[in-house]
Amino acid sequence: MAAHEILAATNAVVTLDVAIPGIVWPWLVTVNMWAKSIGTGIIFMLFMLQRTHPDSVKNMRLTTAIVAFVFINIFLLFTLADLHQPFRMWHIFVYPHWTSAIAVGSFMASAFLGLLAFLILLAWQKKDDTFDKVLLWTTLLAIPVTLYTAALMAQCTARELWQMPTESAQMMLAALLAGSAFMILVGGNKLSYEAKKSLGVVLGLSALMAFIIYMSEYVFGPMKAEEVAAVMEYIKGDGEYRIMFWLGQWIAYLLPMLFILLSRSSKSESILKLAAVLALVGLAIVKHVWLIIPQLLPMS
Amino acid sequence: MQLGFLVDLHLCMGCKGCEIACKVENEVPLSTWRLRVKYVDVGTFPETKRTFTPLRCNHCENAPCERICPVSALHYLDNGIVNIDKERCIGCAGCVMACPYGAIYIDPQTQTADKCTYCAHRVASSMMPACVVACPVQANIFGDLDDPTSNISKYIQVNQSDVQVRKPEKGTNPHHYYVGGGNVSLNPLASQRIDGYSLFGKITTLPVGGHH
Repeated sequence: MAAHEILAATNAVVTLDVAIPGIVWPWLVTVNMWAKSIGTGIIFMLFMLQRTHPDSVKNMRLTTAIVAFVFINIFLLFTLADLHQPFRMWHIFVYPHWTSAIAVGSFMASAFLGLLAFLILLAWQKKDDTFDKVLLWTTLLAIPVTLYTAALMAQCTARELWQMPTESAQMMLAALLAGSAFMILVGGNKLSYEAKKSLGVVLGLSALMAFIIYMSEYVFGPMKAEEVAAVMEYIKGDGEYRIMFWLGQWIAYLLPMLFILLSRSSKSESILKLAAVLALVGLAIVKHVWLIIPQLLPMS
Repeated sequence: MQLGFLVDLHLCMGCKGCEIACKVENEVPLSTWRLRVKYVDVGTFPETKRTFTPLRCNHCENAPCERICPVSALHYLDNGIVNIDKERCIGCAGCVMACPYGAIYIDPQTQTADKCTYCAHRVASSMMPACVVACPVQANIFGDLDDPTSNISKYIQVNQSDVQVRKPEKGTNPHHYYVGGGNVSLNPLASQRIDGYSLFGKITTLPVGGHH
């Protein structure tokens, strides 16, 4: 562990210290990020399709609003489950500390959830014009809701791996990837093939950009910071996280890109759906690895 | 007033008296520590030595834990102490993730974050922190950094070239200093952690105090 920095002449070995405190943010936080990516991402996709394929998505309003509502609730549920004192969640709304991304995000996510509930109501009542106006504001709010987790990770001064410009890009790309993938799956016969092709382009490009950023970090991150180099050893050396990291990269990004190209050449919706499923599964793995590895490093 | 701490590592002999005093004073539960002394063995036999480094909250001027806390459970006192209100803490563990010094833990009894408070309750009664009182060699020096006549200010003046903080690159401006520290004692990446090399059992991981 972190042996790259240890000089043979020094040969320093810790012989007494407290145990490393396990994983502080576990898989619950992975699910949190994954569900939020779907919840906000599918709103981005509805907004995009309304402008590019308006006829195709006119029957998608209610479905999309319900999917977003459900996944944002899953996100909030897992956020709550991760608290050691979940019954004190209300403290955030009574004693908010505005420098904290958690506090700001909680307010934004709550407002977002309210707008989604309103969208469901409007879609149910078939008030399409009002729905489209509210959707604009919901989409705008979805941007900071997507990004605030990146801000939270960047506020973790101890975890050098999580840098704000990179994490914010990755959060947005995750939302676009998950949103497009989920929209392909729930679109069914309601979406035209052309609309699905557009979603495939978003999915493929998001996967490509996210993959490029991860590879850039993989290669160049260790050159900039000792701590990043030490963390990267968990995916560069032998061990479960190396396997998980590459499994995630293949399932979330490389295979979906390949299958999207195949689906375009063969005009196969089945292959497109396979790409979507893989992207959703792989995204959870990728997010989990990136969440866990900085927590394995001793701080003392 | 800005209270600060300085540990003279030339003097520390690793007796762990400070650890025990802290445990007793603050009723710190089993498996958790507000203050602990890290041992690092350096060199190859027979040219070896053991370093002792007391580690506690650094009471940073620019504290990441205070910034990330969503409910201000972690907050500054007027005297510079970064204090914690356990009644307000929601247990999100953001502070545990943010602290670059690994100084914050989840108390398994209260399910809230906890850490060294420089014995704020004793300081409020004009008493020294328990660890300072217990130290047999006066390696712990505590006082007002704003007062040029305080012991800690004088100590920093006299040892200017040898005063260090942990992880200065993080920009946290710790109010906790070391004299006589080196890379091995202050940089966690400069030493190995090998199972079986620990004095009192394996250096391994603990489940976080809580429900995970």
